Amino acid sequence: MNVPTAYLLMLAAVLFSIGVIGVLLRRNAIIVFMSIELMTNAGNLAFIAFARELLSTAGQVFVFFTIAVAAAEVAVGLALVVAIFRTKHSIDIDQMSSLKG
Amino acid sequence: MTPDLILFALIAVLAVGSALAMLFSRNAVYSALFLVFNFLVVAVLYLLLNAAFIAMVQVTVYAGAIMVLFLFVVMLLGGEQISGKPSTKWQLPLALIFGAALLAVLGYMLLFRPAGAVSLPAVTADFGSPAVVGSELFRRYLVPIEIASVLLLVSMVGAIVLTRPEKGKPE
Repeated sequence: MNVPTAYLLMLAAVLFSIGVIGVLLRRNAIIVFMSIELMTNAGNLAFIAFARELLSTAGQVFVFFTIAVAAAEVAVGLALVVAIFRTKHSIDIDQMSSLKG
Repeated sequence: MTPDLILFALIAVLAVGSALAMLFSRNAVYSALFLVFNFLVVAVLYLLLNAAFIAMVQVTVYAGAIMVLFLFVVMLLGGEQISGKPSTKWQLPLALIFGAALLAVLGYMLLFRPAGAVSLPAVTADFGSPAVVGSELFRRYLVPIEIASVLLLVSMVGAIVLTRPEKGKPE
């Protein structure tokens, strides 16, 4: 596919902004997490676009590491959500305003 | 309009549409499924950008493993019906304003960056293939990949420790 890199970067920017709006707007903690995944994915798209433009494998390798870190982040984050649900019986992030257990 | 541009426009519309549907779905299960669709569309884009190995990793790890974890937790907690109603009346307009401002800044930065090549350079046949990416991973990036494996192990242990029931308080 031969489209200008700027178009791909704009698509990545739009997806990233949608993710930011999701983090700001939604109160369900799991959907906030999904929005963060969307933002990670937009960053990956920019990496792949630049790897294609510069013909460098390094961009693709970096995306591989980003996916590994995202997997670790999701495992720990969802475990935290489950732990919070046990104490508060809610995953509404407005309820998570106190640091006491 | 070349066929490439039409194809890209179609993919972009599908990706943005599924992302918006993810954002505004009332039910968290639908949100997760729209996000899976979004990841698959982006994986097709990776394939078209000569990143075959990363596209397959995206499908198996992101759309497969990570989203199954999400769906599992959504169904475990029964949190799919929490309403998206904002707690303050300013939340929706403020979120849209800040998102649009971020998009404007990013767009300004990307559209006025020093112009790259107008037409992409031709690729060799094995660019982005599993063999090339793999040999790069295990030669130049051997230490980072070991660190990533330790990170995954630590996160697995952390998830188990965090969700373990507390002692003396059987659930």
